Amino acid sequence: MTNENRKKRKLTIAKAMSEALAQEMRRDKNVFVMGEDVGALGGVFGTTQGLLDEFGKNRVRDTPISETAFIGAAVGAATMGMRPVVELMFVDFFGVCMDAIYNLAAKNAYFSGGHQPAPMVLMTSVGGGYSDAGQHSQCLYGTFAHLPGMKVVIPSNAYDAKGLMVSAIRDNNPVIFMFHKNLQGMGWLGTVKGSIVDVPEDSYTVPLGKAEIVREGEDVTLVGLGATVHQALDAAGELEKDGVSAEVIDLRSLVPLDRETVLNSVKKTGRLVVVDDDYQSYGVSGEIIATVVEQGVDFIKAAPKRVAYPDVPVPFSRPMEQHCLPNASKIRAAAQACF
Amino acid sequence: MKPDASVQKWMYETMVKSRQFEEKTAAVYLEGKQPLFNMANGPIPGEMHLSNGQEPVAVGVCAHLRPEDAVTATHRPHHIAIAKGVNFQAMTDEIFGKKSGLSGGRGGHMHLFDAAVNFVCSGIIAEGMGPAVGVALARQMRDEEGIAVAFIGEGAANQGAFHEAMNLAAVWKLPFVCVIEDNSWGISVAKRDATSVPRNDVRAAGYGIPGEYVEGNDPLKIYEAAGRAIARARAGEGPSLLEVETYRLAGHFMGDAEEYRTAEEKKSLEANDPIPKMRARLIEEAIITAEAADDIGIRMMAEVQEAFGRAASARYPAPEEALEKVFV
Ligand SMILES: Cc1ncc(C[n+]2csc(CCOP(=O)(O)OP(=O)(O)O)c2C)c(N)n1
Repeated sequence: MTNENRKKRKLTIAKAMSEALAQEMRRDKNVFVMGEDVGALGGVFGTTQGLLDEFGKNRVRDTPISETAFIGAAVGAATMGMRPVVELMFVDFFGVCMDAIYNLAAKNAYFSGGHQPAPMVLMTSVGGGYSDAGQHSQCLYGTFAHLPGMKVVIPSNAYDAKGLMVSAIRDNNPVIFMFHKNLQGMGWLGTVKGSIVDVPEDSYTVPLGKAEIVREGEDVTLVGLGATVHQALDAAGELEKDGVSAEVIDLRSLVPLDRETVLNSVKKTGRLVVVDDDYQSYGVSGEIIATVVEQGVDFIKAAPKRVAYPDVPVPFSRPMEQHCLPNASKIRAAAQACF
Repeated sequence: MKPDASVQKWMYETMVKSRQFEEKTAAVYLEGKQPLFNMANGPIPGEMHLSNGQEPVAVGVCAHLRPEDAVTATHRPHHIAIAKGVNFQAMTDEIFGKKSGLSGGRGGHMHLFDAAVNFVCSGIIAEGMGPAVGVALARQMRDEEGIAVAFIGEGAANQGAFHEAMNLAAVWKLPFVCVIEDNSWGISVAKRDATSVPRNDVRAAGYGIPGEYVEGNDPLKIYEAAGRAIARARAGEGPSLLEVETYRLAGHFMGDAEEYRTAEEKKSLEANDPIPKMRARLIEEAIITAEAADDIGIRMMAEVQEAFGRAASARYPAPEEALEKVFV
C-alpha cells in the first residue's frame, strides 16, 4: 500500500463500497450508479452513502421498481462505453430480472465475438440469519456462478470489498458483486466484527479470482466465502483447543475460481471442509470438492465434508432458520469427523 | 351505492382492529431490539412493514368480498389480511414465528397464506398479479363463483409483472380487479420520480379496460369505486384497475429513519388520520354513538391483546421442522 505510516482507520463494508464507488466516479466520468433507493437513502444497505451529494442525480439515479428495465439498460449503456454500477437490492429479487442478467449481460461479449463487452457491476445483498424469511434471505452464489459470462465476487471484509469493487468497475466484463448483509455494518443488522477492518484511503485493487489464506494451518482446510469465512475462523480457534490446526481459505471470488490455492492447501493438510450458507446441492461446496477430487485425490486423507444450507427455503421462525444455517460448532464437528 | 349502516360499522371496527394490531405489533417488535436496533432480536424478528394509515383501502374493497373471492396482497399485508378475514390468531402466531401460525412459522409477516379465505401475500413487488389473474382464470374456466383482487403499491405498477398480468386479464376478460395503494412512496423514491403519469388509472386505457382513481383516503369513496369494479368482474365484464390515494403513517419498515420525508408531510399525515375522521363522521351521521365508538376501541384492543398474549406464550416449532413441507 502507498502510505505505510498512515493512520489506521476501520471501515464497514458499506463504507468501503461507497468509497470505492466515489473514487472510481471521480476517476472516470463514465462510471455511474443506478438502482432502487441509491440516491437520498444511500442504498438500503449503505452501498451508495454520500454519492448523491457529490455526484448529483445524473450520475446517482434512483430507479423505479423496474429491474428488468434498469438492468437491461445497464447492459445497453455499458456497450456504449459507460461503466454502470447497478444495485439489485436483494439477490432474491433476481427472478424478476434474470433475463437481463444471464441472457444479456452475461452473453453480450460472446455473442459479439468479443467486440462488444458489457463492463458493468451488479451489486446485490445476500444472506439471512435475521428471520427475514424465504424471499429475503438467500445467497444464491451457485445460481450466479453456474451461468457463464459473468464474474462473481463476495468480500468477507471491508479491505477486500473496496479493492474488489475497484477491480470490478475496471473489469471489462459484467461482475456480480455479492455483499453479505451480516457483514455490511448497518446498525440494524448485527454485524460480524471481523468484517470491519483497516482500509487505506488511497485507491487500490484486489484482483478478481484470487483466494486468500486468512489463517494458516496444517491439519485441515476450511474453505468459506463471505460470512462463512468468519464462522470458519471461529471454528479454527475452537479446533486449536482440540489440538487441530486448521487452515482457513477465503474464496473471495467464485468466477474466476482460484482452485490452485485450495488444492495447494489440501495438499498440505489432506483434509477439507467447505462451508457455504447457500443451498447445498449443485452449489459451491460441490464445485470445490469436485475440484479437489479431480485434481488432488492423492492428497486426500479423509472424505471431504460440507457444511451448507439444507435444500429448503429459508424459514422465518428463528429456531428453524438457526437450525439450517452453518455455524462454528457445525464446522468444528465436521472438521473433527475428518480424523 | 353507499354502504348501509352495518357495513359502515364493520368498516370502522375493522380499521380500528387493524390499527390496534399494528400499534401492538410496533410495541412488541421493539422489545429486545433496544438500545441498538437489531432486526434479528426480539419476539418478532425480521423486517416489519406496517400499514397504519392505509386501512381505508382494505375495508373499502374487502367489504364487497366473500370468502371464495381471492386476494393477493403485498409485503404490507396486515390491514388487508384482517379485512379479508384471515384467521387472526394464526396470523398473530405466524408473525411471532410460532408453530400454531398460519404456516407453522415458515412464512412470517410477509408471507401470510390462509387457504380458508383465499388470501396470500408476497415480499416480491407485484408478484401477486399473476397468481390473482390465475385464480380468476380458474374461476372463469370452471364457471365458478368468485373473483380475484390483487393489491399492489403504486411503486409496483412500474414492474413488468403488473403490465403483463393486466394485459392478460383484459384480453381474456377475467373476473379480476387490480387495486393500487398509492401512498406516494416506494421506500424512499417518490411516485413522481418513478413514473411520469401522476395517476396510474390512466394506464387502464393501455389494456382497454376501465380505470378509476379515488382521492382522499376515504373509505366510503373507496367502497363505492371498488363496488363498481367488483360488480363488473362478477357480471363477467372483465377486469378493472383502481388506484386509491392513501398514506402510510409510519416509515417503509420499522427502523426506517424516513429522512426522505419532511416534517410537514408527517404532520399533515397525522392530521389526516382516516380513523378519527371516520369516527367523527359516523357519530355525526348518528350511525354510532360516541360511547359505541369507544366501546369498539376497547373491544378491538381486548381482541388484539388476547391474540398477542396467546401468540407470545405459544410454542416455537422444533428446529428440525424447517426441513418439512418442502414437498407434500
Ligand atoms: C422485485 C422487488 N424489487 C424490489 C423490492 C424491494 N422493495 C420492497 S418494498 C419496495 C417499495 C414498494 O413500493 P410500493 O409498491 O409503492 O408499496 P409500499 O411499500 O409503498 O406499500 C421495494 C422497492 C422487492 N421486494 N421486490
